Amino acid sequence: MNKVVLDAKAAVADIGDGATLMLGGFGLCGIPENCISALVEKGVKQLTCISNNAGVDDFGIGLLLQRRQVKKMISSYVGENAEFERQLLSGELEVELIPQGTLATRCMAAGYGMPAVFTPAGVGTEVAEGKESRVFNGKEYLMEYAFDADFAIVKAWKGDTHGNLIFRATSRNFNPLMAMAGKVTIAEVEELVPAGTLDPNLIHTPGIYVHRIFEGVNYEKRIEQRTTRKKL
Amino acid sequence: MLDKHGIAKRIARELQDGFYVNLGIGIPTLVANYIPEGVEVVLQSENGLLGMGPFPFEGEEDPDLINAGKQTITTVPGSVFFDSAMSFGMIRAGKVDLTVLGAMEVADNGDIANWKIPGKMVKGMGGAMDLVASAKNIIVAMQHVNKAGESKLLPACSLPITGRRCVKKVVTELGVFDITDQGFVLRELAPEVSVEQVRASTAGRLVVPDNVIQMVLS
Repeated sequence: MNKVVLDAKAAVADIGDGATLMLGGFGLCGIPENCISALVEKGVKQLTCISNNAGVDDFGIGLLLQRRQVKKMISSYVGENAEFERQLLSGELEVELIPQGTLATRCMAAGYGMPAVFTPAGVGTEVAEGKESRVFNGKEYLMEYAFDADFAIVKAWKGDTHGNLIFRATSRNFNPLMAMAGKVTIAEVEELVPAGTLDPNLIHTPGIYVHRIFEGVNYEKRIEQRTTRKKL
Repeated sequence: MLDKHGIAKRIARELQDGFYVNLGIGIPTLVANYIPEGVEVVLQSENGLLGMGPFPFEGEEDPDLINAGKQTITTVPGSVFFDSAMSFGMIRAGKVDLTVLGAMEVADNGDIANWKIPGKMVKGMGGAMDLVASAKNIIVAMQHVNKAGESKLLPACSLPITGRRCVKKVVTELGVFDITDQGFVLRELAPEVSVEQVRASTAGRLVVPDNVIQMVLS
């Protein structure tokens, strides 16, 4: 049992044009930086990307957008990326904006083997268009399908050679859910250790969900808004 | 009239000890600065944290620790991290006692629009639709009129809807309003604001009961 691959380039080697990818992260927090760079370098195109945000213009998924490698984005908020908003408004980029909770739950549903879930988010709005709905206990819910992604690319803090993952602080966000949901899950971690090192009680994502793992390098961990308070 | 800090300060009075609270970006985040003495609340950040603390001191920023507005923050004793499905799960399951968010428009039936201006601003809805569809208790912090002086408390929303019939209370620079089946009900007047000013600024159905209070903020 050894899921370790050499690096990001090796991890994404079989991702081809037209693939549907899940990419973890919230804003720039917890994004798989190494794999995104490798996808940029590979030049793979026509991607459908499921990710909560689109990075900023010159970092994260923004790099793929800049190079027109993305055909469609499925996200909940894209406000930090002016290039994204421009491509959206001009019609160059296909975009599906969905509620953040729905995005998270559709990943979770895929990982839990549930074909669909019901959520009240979006009832009575344009998000509800074309969707089935049902009333439970007098309240209306939309039926939302589990995502179907070829690859899930996630970032974790620590991982072991069996693919078990531990996340740190708010860089966790969508990563555990996407890890469960991908047909093939690629995990890049800050620290890779031999199986048996991590306390089984403290593992967040069991390795059964993870197919490839590698220790990443040179994490920039860019901060979008560096807000501080003064010492009195 | 209230400025944004006054609006935040007034909303903070609604916090009760032991509440779990979600504060949206913009004016709602300021509510955290005015939590009343003796009231302990736990702030939820929908990107996966209960127990959001203040901004860090300079030099102590942690890139792995941000809030829903992508700002660096800290934790407090009792904080816990979790993933995004659990985050919205606790919202949907009604565990969050109070949600405060901003709005571009609110209708007199409680509809809210706060996520899109077609052709101009399409940043996305983020967690707003989940929050308004599930929250037990929603307070909107907003400007009563826009820069052109047009009312934002309307008979019906003209902008794309975030949620239907979900807002129960609105606090603006002019005062505090409940939303009932009669429309906007004025409860408190902001300092130096007259009823006439409220009437002139409110396009939706407005009820002015006899027992309107004059708001006093320390």
